Amino acid sequence: MAEERAPSLLESITEFSENASPLDFMVILEHWDLFAEGLWMTTNLVVLALLIGGCLSIPLAVARANRTPILNQIIWGYVYVFRGTPLLVQLYLIYYGLGQFEAVRDSILWPVLRDPWWCALIAFTLNTAAYTTEIFRGSIEAVPFGEVEAAKACGMPRLKRLQRVILPSAFRRSLPAYSNEVIFMLHGSVVASTVTIVDILGAGRELNAKYYLAYEGFIAAAVLYMILVYFISRGFKFWEKKWFAHLRPREDAEAEAKQPGAAAPQTALVR
Amino acid sequence: MRLAKLTLAVAAAALAMAISLAQAAEPLRIGVEGAYPPFSWKEADGTLKGFDIDIAMALCNRMGRECELVEQDWDGIIPALLARKYDAIIASMSITEERKKRVDFTKKYYNTPARFVAAADTGMEPTPEGMKGKTVGTQRGTIHQCYMEKVFPDTELRLYATQEEVFLDLNAGRIDASISDSIQAKEGFLATEDGEGYDFLGGVQYLRECHGDGAGIAVRKGEDELREALTQAIQEIRADGTYQQINDRYFDFDVYGATE
Repeated sequence: MAEERAPSLLESITEFSENASPLDFMVILEHWDLFAEGLWMTTNLVVLALLIGGCLSIPLAVARANRTPILNQIIWGYVYVFRGTPLLVQLYLIYYGLGQFEAVRDSILWPVLRDPWWCALIAFTLNTAAYTTEIFRGSIEAVPFGEVEAAKACGMPRLKRLQRVILPSAFRRSLPAYSNEVIFMLHGSVVASTVTIVDILGAGRELNAKYYLAYEGFIAAAVLYMILVYFISRGFKFWEKKWFAHLRPREDAEAEAKQPGAAAPQTALVR
Repeated sequence: MRLAKLTLAVAAAALAMAISLAQAAEPLRIGVEGAYPPFSWKEADGTLKGFDIDIAMALCNRMGRECELVEQDWDGIIPALLARKYDAIIASMSITEERKKRVDFTKKYYNTPARFVAAADTGMEPTPEGMKGKTVGTQRGTIHQCYMEKVFPDTELRLYATQEEVFLDLNAGRIDASISDSIQAKEGFLATEDGEGYDFLGGVQYLRECHGDGAGIAVRKGEDELREALTQAIQEIRADGTYQQINDRYFDFDVYGATE
């Protein structure tokens, strides 16, 4: 019985995938754990970088918008350097550059800088903080003067004004621009794969190298990035809807909940 | 009728000749790496140098064909051959079973063993037990990656795009050891300034399944004519002393290894 059995479904699919299909999808599926590991690595690096970078950028943006002397120039310089150079160069300088100096290798920072994951996190955080600072600065400056004046008239002190009026208004305004930054950061994170980190692209490269494939690993990686971007843009859509609710006519807002598309022209106008 | 046949035969012969002439005129494109001294590296002015490069040139000379070198990262060196970016790979590529599924190989043109490199005072045992939990770096998609995964499963393996980056990180102390071709390690790292304080760790590492039969020239499957011409040219430059001349520019021993 064992000798004469027909090839099982799995075997015939594998056979088709290896020989007939232009894309050997079975080899991708066989290494799903490699891609899962890569997905986790990309997600944790990007999420942490965005969180830390986002928190850093708020005080930096406020200082820039207020033209705080000295600080303003320093932050301008920092932002200029990190927006003026490619992320890959920044990562290489942190990873290979700093590692060249004995003083760095002997310092207490080395256990951190020794690890490629930390180097990538530092580079990503500084990079996204620079871009986000500029986004927030622009929207803080764009807060209508009337709103600030009203807050002053109510007797709010400086900090309260910032907390209750300026920042909420600025965040709302910067949401569309920030969603782009999040997607760019995700795509920029592929440079992690150049410093031995197995992120999504790293997993793809490893698969390609192992089986001498041309594109299977890249296609799998591309699909995973597309899935991530889909969720990111859905998330921002949801937020925009929530935060811009006050800009929509009230009755339409309720009607739209039942009848999607009815309020579409208004939404387009708001943007 | 007979005339028609004759005309046809002549036409076919002429066509075949035209094709072979066109082939001869078309330069043979050879994929090389350029980041693997002393087998291949790039000079400051961008020219490619090294044992692989010289061998490639000597083989082309021998076959009487014009050659064009195409530089390609190791990562994509086989895919680019299959995509016809070039017609042969002369880049210290070991002849292994896994690669034979994708490409065909000539007979070897050299064979040197793989060894670990680590700090001279490491005290680490070069055994799977001794290197448990340690970090070893090597180039992605090489026989060394295969070997480490098979024989040293409990050692953390870091993969790099080039062997030069592995030595950079060994020097920085990010990895405990590197595994690569022993000659490449000696000439490309240990003999240089950066290699001070480092040495080979243990002896030759060999597993037939991974390491194969030495370095050969890869061509696309089915291109038997080119493959045989290259194999023959290798044997000819071995016989006429050209190989020896090139060998002596880089090494003080014969890298060809044991004659089969």
